[in-house]
Amino acid sequence: MSILHTVNKSPFEKNSLRSCIEHALQGSAVLLIEDGVYGAINNTAIAETVKKAMENVAVYALKSDIDARGISQDHLIDNIELVDYSGFVKLAAEHDKVQSWL
Amino acid sequence: MKFSVMISEGPYTHQASDTAYNFIKAALEGGHEIFRVFFYHDGVNNGTRLTTPPQDDRNIINRWSELAKQHDLDLVLCVAAAQRRGIADADEAKRNGKDADNIAEGFRISGLGQLIEAGIQADRLVTFGD
Amino acid sequence: MSQTKKFLYVNRKAPYGTIYALESLEVVLIGAAFEQDVSMAFLDDGVFQITKNQNTKESGMKNFSPTYNALGDYDVNKIYVEKESLDARGLSVEDLLELTYEDEDDDYAEKSSIHVVSKAELAELMDQQDVIFSF
Repeated sequence: MSILHTVNKSPFEKNSLRSCIEHALQGSAVLLIEDGVYGAINNTAIAETVKKAMENVAVYALKSDIDARGISQDHLIDNIELVDYSGFVKLAAEHDKVQSWL
Repeated sequence: MKFSVMISEGPYTHQASDTAYNFIKAALEGGHEIFRVFFYHDGVNNGTRLTTPPQDDRNIINRWSELAKQHDLDLVLCVAAAQRRGIADADEAKRNGKDADNIAEGFRISGLGQLIEAGIQADRLVTFGD
Repeated sequence: MSQTKKFLYVNRKAPYGTIYALESLEVVLIGAAFEQDVSMAFLDDGVFQITKNQNTKESGMKNFSPTYNALGDYDVNKIYVEKESLDARGLSVEDLLELTYEDEDDDYAEKSSIHVVSKAELAELMDQQDVIFSF
């Protein structure tokens, strides 16, 4: 079984991203949406945690939320794949269930 | 794939309604089915027809009504949450002694059982909240 | 023919500061009538929902913590509480409500519904579910 985890809050505001990562098993995926996309930025206090998680778990970010917040794609952690809403739907369908870390 | 969607926050204050709306549109465009959209907690505020958002911004409530009409969607507001927050249809208003109702087109009010059923019947439940 | 799914209700927020704890409990109680395979998880600040001695008199808010005691009667008896979340908050299982159920397969013996589990165990549990509700 694999889970698509979604994280929608900033990791600097809430512990949701951290808690999600700490419960995500190998083979599952984490999709950063809304303010959660701030977790995709490199060189932040949580970037190393995210990079370490990426050894076991695929991390994605919703491109429209990255763009809305003016985050430059150069500033993102390497290998975080940007998806659009149809990519989000696809991830939800491909994994067995979706868990939202609010 | 059959999706159920739960929306736990109201329009504008949180991005949840927007993200949910865009997800649902993409799912429909991808040929998937939306079994039900269930509005809980402050999410029931997506169902009032009394909003007047600025003209140059998206009209979240109308968007829901239009999408529901276009795709025959089942948009359900939780009755308990709606009662707490003052969203009512004509029946609810009458039953609770209110002098007005405010439910928007395309929405219906029903019990939490509809959320449980949405979880049972769909292949995937996706939650948008805070 | 209705199917039985493994339902997990995930609680990560403290009570009273927001309504999620109260309204999520209402979902669990209504959901009980649908005879699914139900588990509840309390982690992060969610562990505060089931602490003892909640006294809301002066706050004017309703103390809904006694309602957790009814879960056993609704056949909701798989309640997982995350150890790391308790530890981080200076709590132990003794600080929690004694949530129990009557095991009909064991002469209705009263048993604890609460299982304190590690983060890793909870992660495995989450993975085994069919539907996860987050509040």
